[in-house]
Amino acid sequence: MDTSLAILLSMLLPATAVVANLIFRNSPNLRDGLTLGAAIATFLVVLNILATVGNTTTDTFVLLEVMPGLALAFNVEPLGMMFAILASGLWIVTHVYGIGYMRGNNEDDQARFFACFSFAIFSVMGIAFAANMFTLFLFYEILTLSTYPLVAHKGTLAAVKGARTYLSILIGTSIGLQLVAVIWTFSIAGTLDFTRGGILEGLIAGPPVAILLALYAFGIGKAALMPFHRWLPAAMVAPTPVSALLHAVAVVKAGVFTMLKVGIYIFGIDFLAATGASIWLMWLAAFSIIASSVIALTKDNLKARLAYSTISQLSYITLGVALATSMGILGGSLHVVMHAMGKITLFMCAGSIYVATHKTNISQMTGLGRAMPITFIAFLIGSLSIIGLPPLGGSWSKWLLIMGAADAGQLAMIGVLLISSLLNVGYLLPLVGKGFFLTAPNQTEPTKFAESPALVWAPPAFTAFGCIILFFYAGHIQAFLMPIIAVP
Amino acid sequence: MATQTVHHTAMTLSDHLPILQILIPFIAAPLIVFIGQRKLAWPIAFIASATSFVIACLLLSKVIDGSVISYQIGGWAPPLGIEYRVDAANAFVLFLITGIATLVLPYARQSVGSEMPHKTQTLFYALFLLCMTGLLGVTITADAFNVFVFLEISSLSTYVLIAQGSYRDRRALTAAFNYLIMGTIGATFFVIGLGFLYMATGTLNMADLADKLTGQYESRTVQAGFAFILVGMGLKVAIFPLHFWLPNAYTYAPSAVTTFLAATATKVAIYVLLRFVFSVFQPAFLAETSTLEIIFYPFALLAMFAASFTAIFQRDLKRMLAYSSIAQIGYMLLGIALLSETGLMATIIHLFNHGITKAALFMGVGAYVLRSGSSFYVQIQGLGKTMPWTSAAVIIGGLSLIGVPGTAGFLSKWLLVQAALEQGYWPISILIVASSLLAVIYVWRLVETLYLSTPSSEQTIQEAPLSMLLPLWAMALACIYFGFETDITLGAAKAAAQALLAGSSGMMN
Repeated sequence: MDTSLAILLSMLLPATAVVANLIFRNSPNLRDGLTLGAAIATFLVVLNILATVGNTTTDTFVLLEVMPGLALAFNVEPLGMMFAILASGLWIVTHVYGIGYMRGNNEDDQARFFACFSFAIFSVMGIAFAANMFTLFLFYEILTLSTYPLVAHKGTLAAVKGARTYLSILIGTSIGLQLVAVIWTFSIAGTLDFTRGGILEGLIAGPPVAILLALYAFGIGKAALMPFHRWLPAAMVAPTPVSALLHAVAVVKAGVFTMLKVGIYIFGIDFLAATGASIWLMWLAAFSIIASSVIALTKDNLKARLAYSTISQLSYITLGVALATSMGILGGSLHVVMHAMGKITLFMCAGSIYVATHKTNISQMTGLGRAMPITFIAFLIGSLSIIGLPPLGGSWSKWLLIMGAADAGQLAMIGVLLISSLLNVGYLLPLVGKGFFLTAPNQTEPTKFAESPALVWAPPAFTAFGCIILFFYAGHIQAFLMPIIAVP
Repeated sequence: MATQTVHHTAMTLSDHLPILQILIPFIAAPLIVFIGQRKLAWPIAFIASATSFVIACLLLSKVIDGSVISYQIGGWAPPLGIEYRVDAANAFVLFLITGIATLVLPYARQSVGSEMPHKTQTLFYALFLLCMTGLLGVTITADAFNVFVFLEISSLSTYVLIAQGSYRDRRALTAAFNYLIMGTIGATFFVIGLGFLYMATGTLNMADLADKLTGQYESRTVQAGFAFILVGMGLKVAIFPLHFWLPNAYTYAPSAVTTFLAATATKVAIYVLLRFVFSVFQPAFLAETSTLEIIFYPFALLAMFAASFTAIFQRDLKRMLAYSSIAQIGYMLLGIALLSETGLMATIIHLFNHGITKAALFMGVGAYVLRSGSSFYVQIQGLGKTMPWTSAAVIIGGLSLIGVPGTAGFLSKWLLVQAALEQGYWPISILIVASSLLAVIYVWRLVETLYLSTPSSEQTIQEAPLSMLLPLWAMALACIYFGFETDITLGAAKAAAQALLAGSSGMMN
């Protein structure tokens, strides 16, 4: 298949799912079946692109030119390829899970829910294949708008307020800071095309480089760099499938993906390293990593704890960019995949516990492990991957990041990464321990097997298995990503 | 055709397009009154405005490459005779006016029918055409005094049109009276200013004025003339401290009238301002009198913030949109103040983009008024469910108002920020984006009202009729279409900006 056609198809299929959900809003089985079909088809199309182009960078294909020098254009390059596979693959898993969850909880407005969900995937595909910052920004904003109804889904006062925080921070940072950064870049470089080695070298120097980087780093609010992280916990009022896909994969990963793209293709790693403009970002990322881990320790609500854990883990990737070394970039990029697989597992487990018991707080989950062994084992595996223990995928990205820190001569960052791992142990493992080894205080009869419906527990089990697989295939992904750090 | 072989200076129909642009609605208006049939009024008005639209398209296609059409009324050569002059800048405005009018009329049929008694409807369409004639005339003419004449035609008909809202809310009468006083003061100032210029130059043709004014910029007479013109037009534009007539006029006028005025009237005034500031006076004059520093920058920025803040706290959707218009006029002024090609392009393209955006939004409001009886937030709560099509279109308009990428509003904001950065005024670029964040707040208040609140009354509310939905959606889709397809908008804006910045020499070629 022609690559440009395939790219368009990967965006059209989710768009069709949006329409299908709106048209067949009154026939749930047909609607969900069609969406599942679209999800699988999207994944196949993306795999087809992978098979055709591998890890090469294709020519840019211009859909239309909006203004001279500003075009809606797409291409395939290794990082975007990886993101597209990740998002489209996990869409299938989450959709299956979403059906189980939404029906299990009898949620309202399921058609609207799945329509917005597909719309979000549409924008993620646009982000993954964007060939310039203009296109990326366009889809970045569509992603924010399409996920807003998902966060506000329940329509309760809490949901409306959470959604308001979500929108105001994401739109506020993107229009208030990122847009200025993009236009500034355009006015000095005359182009916004993602170019290996960056487009800014020689055109800007001194403190403005750091200021421009700051406008990007804070403007990409989806990367949840402190102090613009509040939207992420606020968005946890959304139903769990949303938290799983969007706040472990699509939205937050769109944020760090943008960060990586800006670091690699707008500034260029060498330019960043030479100017030292990213040193402050490195320290801020380190602060975000530690501070949000500490906050996570204090949260009793499981989803809130996972949210703060996500903030911390996202800053790993920002740290990878800020280190401005090949290993740092590679580690950050790999962490996109590893963290996505681990965190989606954890979120789906949290949802599974909620569907089965309607419990949201960790203190209430004592002894649940024996009733829900599959969920809890999946949670354990996901946690270990986040912590970064072999034989799980997360160990490799952390390893590369440590190497990157060493390359950059920032030994303090190695310390930060290690302390963070310990904090991860502290906030993730107690749940598993309580679940398996303690009994609830008021429990009298022996625990019976009481898992959530199969559609709900199977997906996290599958992704937990994925965490193990990734450990063995990390080398392949790393080799796949090599071109992004190659010298132009 | 046989006439083609005849060798004299006979003009073909296409050479008469500039005058036809004015004559068709101008003749159709009294025609409606003479025929006096309510059933015939609407078709005549629609045919007239549709024909005008076709003419405007033809004119635009002729001048978008930067060429200029000069038409001498009655064959009297300027500067003695009156000249109509079409270039990219005003062809674009003609296109906007006639396009909006052609879409508003089908919409008005139902909307006006519900907001006004039968007996006045015939006259309504006649006035609507007159108002349109006035606006078109102001735009197309190259004679300074002729601007005043057409301005009065459009203003007088506007006062009456606004007063028609009194059948729904009596306050429309005071709103119209207010506007009558303010508008008349504005027009008087304008004509006084013209008087000064005539005193100094002895001519009223714009190109001739421009020519004769060079070298007289030191003269107090000329400077006073400029000041009067600026303030007079400023009243019509609703530049920030001169905006007090606008919110009430927009709020209490019939929905169709508000839609038409919001999308065209202030835009035409902005165009006249551009013409006088850049063509009649030269950009050099602005620098000499430091008009930009003292008037344009501060008032533009004040408008962007003060009006946006006020918009956030409104309880009536229509009034909220009116304040938002004042803020958006601030953007257009800012583009002028930046005094660069990109800045002017931003102004001109925003003039168009904001026109279609506001048209979509006010059409949506009209649909809510039709079905729920008012446009207060409490009345339109939860209408997102009962009027899904109207609400979806309104949301698209709202997004364009914020300037979300993929909408027309985004492009204007992009150009404006770019223009500010080009000049190195980065604090201004920050202020521009900051004020669009205020737009996020007031648009999102609307989103939450429409979709996330429970309906206030139990009565069943139907979707708006198709005759209103179609124009509404045409506007909403235009907001998206012109967010991607910019050949027309950007091309015209670029040609216009270049011509304007060339100053009087742009008038001479």
